[in-house]
Amino acid sequence: MAEPTMVGAGRSGQAAAHLILVLGAVVIAFPIWYVFVASTHSLQTILRPPLPMLPGSEGIANYSEALGGGINRIGGVSVGRLLWNTAFVATAIAVGKILISITSAYAIVFFRFPLRMVFFWLIFITLMLPVEVRILPTYKVMVDLGLIDTYAGLILPLIASATATLLFRQFFMTIPNELLEAARVDGAGPWRFFKDILLPLSATNIAALFVILFIYGWTQYLWPLLVTNSNSMNTIVIALRKMISFADADTPWHLVMVTCVLAILPPILVVVLMQRWFVKGLVETEK
Amino acid sequence: MATVTLQDIRKSYGPTEVIHGVSIDIADGEFVVLVGPSGCGKSTLLRMVAGLESVTSGTLRIGERVVNDLEPAERDIAMVFQNYALYPHMSVRNNLAYGLKNRGFARAEIDRRVAEAAAMLEIAPYLDRKPGQLSGGQRQRVAMGRALVREPAAFLFDEPLSNLDAKLRIQMRVEIRRLQRRVGTTSLYVTHDQIEALTLADRLVVLNGGVVEQIGTPEEVFDRPATIFVAGFIGTPPMNMVPVDWLRGKGELDAVPAAADVVGIRPDDLDLEAPPGSHLTLPATLELLEPAGAESHLYVRLDGLDQPATVRTQGRPALADGARLALHVRPEALHPFVKATGRRA
Amino acid sequence: MRATFPHRFLPYLLVAPQLAISLIFFYWPAGQALHQSVLREDPFGLKTQFVGLANFRRVLGDPAYLNSVQVTAFFSVATAFLSMAIALVLAVQAEKILRGKGFYRTLMIWPYAVAAAIAGMLWLFLFNPSFGTLAYPLRQMGIAWDPLLNGNQAMALVIGAASWKQISYNFLFFVAGLQAIPKSLIEAAAIDGAGRTRRFWTIVFPLLAPTTFFLLVVNTVYALFDTFGIIHAVTGGGPGKSTETLVYKVYNDGFVNLQLGSSAAQSVILMVIVIALTAFQFRYIERKVHYG
Repeated sequence: MAEPTMVGAGRSGQAAAHLILVLGAVVIAFPIWYVFVASTHSLQTILRPPLPMLPGSEGIANYSEALGGGINRIGGVSVGRLLWNTAFVATAIAVGKILISITSAYAIVFFRFPLRMVFFWLIFITLMLPVEVRILPTYKVMVDLGLIDTYAGLILPLIASATATLLFRQFFMTIPNELLEAARVDGAGPWRFFKDILLPLSATNIAALFVILFIYGWTQYLWPLLVTNSNSMNTIVIALRKMISFADADTPWHLVMVTCVLAILPPILVVVLMQRWFVKGLVETEK
Repeated sequence: MATVTLQDIRKSYGPTEVIHGVSIDIADGEFVVLVGPSGCGKSTLLRMVAGLESVTSGTLRIGERVVNDLEPAERDIAMVFQNYALYPHMSVRNNLAYGLKNRGFARAEIDRRVAEAAAMLEIAPYLDRKPGQLSGGQRQRVAMGRALVREPAAFLFDEPLSNLDAKLRIQMRVEIRRLQRRVGTTSLYVTHDQIEALTLADRLVVLNGGVVEQIGTPEEVFDRPATIFVAGFIGTPPMNMVPVDWLRGKGELDAVPAAADVVGIRPDDLDLEAPPGSHLTLPATLELLEPAGAESHLYVRLDGLDQPATVRTQGRPALADGARLALHVRPEALHPFVKATGRRA
Repeated sequence: MRATFPHRFLPYLLVAPQLAISLIFFYWPAGQALHQSVLREDPFGLKTQFVGLANFRRVLGDPAYLNSVQVTAFFSVATAFLSMAIALVLAVQAEKILRGKGFYRTLMIWPYAVAAAIAGMLWLFLFNPSFGTLAYPLRQMGIAWDPLLNGNQAMALVIGAASWKQISYNFLFFVAGLQAIPKSLIEAAAIDGAGRTRRFWTIVFPLLAPTTFFLLVVNTVYALFDTFGIIHAVTGGGPGKSTETLVYKVYNDGFVNLQLGSSAAQSVILMVIVIALTAFQFRYIERKVHYG
C-alpha cells in the first residue's frame, strides 16, 4: 500500500509535505517570476498594480528596446558591455581563485619547506579579513596602485581565497601517500604529478568550486561599487542599482525589469544547469 | 637485471635509530623475502631501497651503482604497493604506460611492452577499463603489470597480497612466483606472513626490531632457526620452548650442547606413538583437542611446567579432554638455545 | 607522515601569487586600518596626530553607533532565525516525500544565484508604495505601507529580502544534515513508541544540532557583512538610520562623510567581531559532523 516504510510519511503525510513544499517554492520563486512577468508588460501596466500573474504581450518589444539601446540611454553604457564586464570579472575571479589556491595548497601539502606553516596561517587568517572590514584602506591601496576603473582592480583583490585553499588542502590530504610514491617511482616529478594525477583527480572539486566562485564573482556589490567610477566599467548589478530611482517619475521601469532579468538569468542558469556540482561545492566547502 | 647490496644500512628518525645496521646481498635474479612482525622495520628497509625514504648511513647498491642519493625514478626499480596505488583516473593501459611515457619511450615500444605484460598477466580484456571497475585480484595484476612493463633491475613488493582474501592470496602467491621465475628479475618482497615468506623466497631475511635475526633459505631457517625469535616466528603453530633442566631424565640429551638452557620442539615433532630408536618421553595432560580437518591440534600441559604446549598430529586421535599423554620426541628434533643471548647453542 | 617532494625553490614559487595578493590587498589595508584607528586627521588632511584609543571611545560613545549596533543585532537575529526556520521546515518536508525531491530542490536554489543587492531590488519592486504588487493589497487592507518612510517597515523589508536570499543555502545544508542521520535511529525511536512529532524533537533535531550551529554562525556572518548590497540598494540605511547596519555605517562614514579615524576604528571593531566568530566556528565546529 501507500505506507512506504514504518517511519516514512503516510499518504496524507506525503500530500501535506508536497503542499508545504509547493507553497515554499511559490514564495521563493515569486520575486523572480514577478520580475520576469514585469519585463513582458508595458510601463503603464507595471505602474498600475496589481500586476497580472502571467507574462504580457510586450515582451518582445521591451527586450528589443532594451537591447537596442534603451539601456544605453538610461545607464550610459550598452547592455552588452555590462554583461561582458560582469561575465569577464566573474570568470576571471573564479579561474584566478582556483589557480592560486590550487598551487598554494599543492605547495603546502606536497612539499616540506621552511616557513610552510607560517604561509599556511597567513593564508588562513585572510578568512577573517573580509573586504567589508577594511573598505577604506583597501580603496586607498587601489588608488595608489592606479587600479580604479580597471579590470585588474575589479578582479585581483577578490581572488585571494582561504576557503578555496583550505578545500584543496583538505582534498589533497585524502590522496593516499602511495599514489605519490608510485608516481615518483614511475618517474614523475612535481610538475608531472600535478598535471597528470592531481589535476585530473581534482576535476570535480574544481568544477564545484568554479560554480560557487562564478556566482560569488557575479554577485559582487560592495567592491565594484568602490573601484568603479566610470559607467563603462560597471557590472550589471551596479548599473541596475544606478537605474533605479523611485523618486524619479520618468524611470522606464519596463527596461529596468529587462535589465534585472538579464542580471539574474546567467547565474541562475549556471546554478540550475550545474546543480550537481553546485550542491557539492556548496556543501563541501562549508563556506 | 642486477644485484642489490645493502651494506650496514641504518635509519634514524631524529635521535631514534629504527634500523640498526642491516647488510644483505641479493644475487642477480634472486627472490628475497623480508619477513618480520609489524614494526620490525621491513617496510622502512624496502622503502629505503626504493628511494622513498632516505638512507641515514650505510651503502646501498643496485648493480654496480651506489644509489643512496638517487631519486626513486633514477634507481631503475619498480614497486608493487600494498594498496596497489593505481592511478584511479587512468585506464589500465595508461596505468601501465605512465612510467614508460615519463621516461620518453617510443609509442611502439610502449604498446609492445603493455601488450606483452597484459598477455602475461591475462589482463588484456581490461586494458581500457578504469581501476575502479576491476576486482581486487585484477587490480593486483595491474599493479604487477605496471612493474613488469618497466623491465627494471629489481622488483620491490610491499605486502602486495595483504588486501586480498585468503583464496585469492594463495592463487596470486603462486602467480607471483611463477612470473618472477619466468622474467628472472631480482626481487625484494616484504611480508609479515611467514607462509608467504616460506613459499616465495629463494632466501629469506627475518627482521626483528630493526636487526637481522637470520638470513637463509626457507629450509635453513625452518630447520635450523638461528635465534629463539626466529624459532617462535617461523612455523605454525609456533615452536614449544622447554627448559633443558626439565628434560633431564626423560631420555637421551647428548645432542644438546652443554651451554643450552632451553630447547625448542616443533608441534609436529611431538608424537603420540613412540617412534623406533632413541627418543625422549614427556608426560603431559590434554587440555583441549582441536580438530582441524586432516590434522588435529592438541593443547597440552607438560607435567610440572606452567606453560602450555602444542602438539600437531595427523588424523583425529580418540582422546577426551583431561586424558593423560606420553609425548615422544627424537633427539634430532630438539633445537637448543641459550636464553641469555637468544641464540642457538 | 605525508609523502612529499624534495624541492628547494618550487614551493615558494607556488605559494607566491596567493601570498602576494593576501599581503597587498588584505594585510596591508588591515594594518592601515589599525594604524588609522589610533590617529586623528584634520579635515584638510594636512596634519595627523596620535590619539590612542580616543577614536574607539568616541565611536563607542556615539549614540548613532550604538543605534547601529542595535539595528544590526536585530536585523541579524531576525534574518538568521527566519531563513533557518523556513529552510528547516522545507528541508524536513523534502526528506519526507518519495518523489520530486530534485524538482523542489531546483526551485529552492534560485535565490542563491541572485546578488544580494538585486534580491533587495526584487523585494522593493514587490513592496514599493508606488507600484508594488504586494504593497497594493497591504494598502487595500488599510495599512499605511511605505517602507521608504516608515523605519519598521523598511526593516521588515530588508529582513524579508535578506532571509529570502539565504533560504537556498540553509535548505541545502539542512537536507544534507538530515540525510546524514542514520535511519536506524529513527526506526529505533519508532519502536520505542515515539510518535512523529516526538521523534523530530527528541531525535532528529538534536542530531541536527551541529548543522544548525554551523548555519547559525554562517548566517550571522552573512547578515553582518554580505547584506551590505541589500541595505545600500533598498534603504541606504534609512529612513533616518533605522536600517543602518555596522558595515553600512563604516562605508557611509568613510566614503560619504569622510571621517577617516572613526571609520577605521569601526573597521577594527568589525575585524574583532569576525575574528571572534571565525575562532568560535573553528573551535566548536572543526571536530564535527560530516555533511553529506
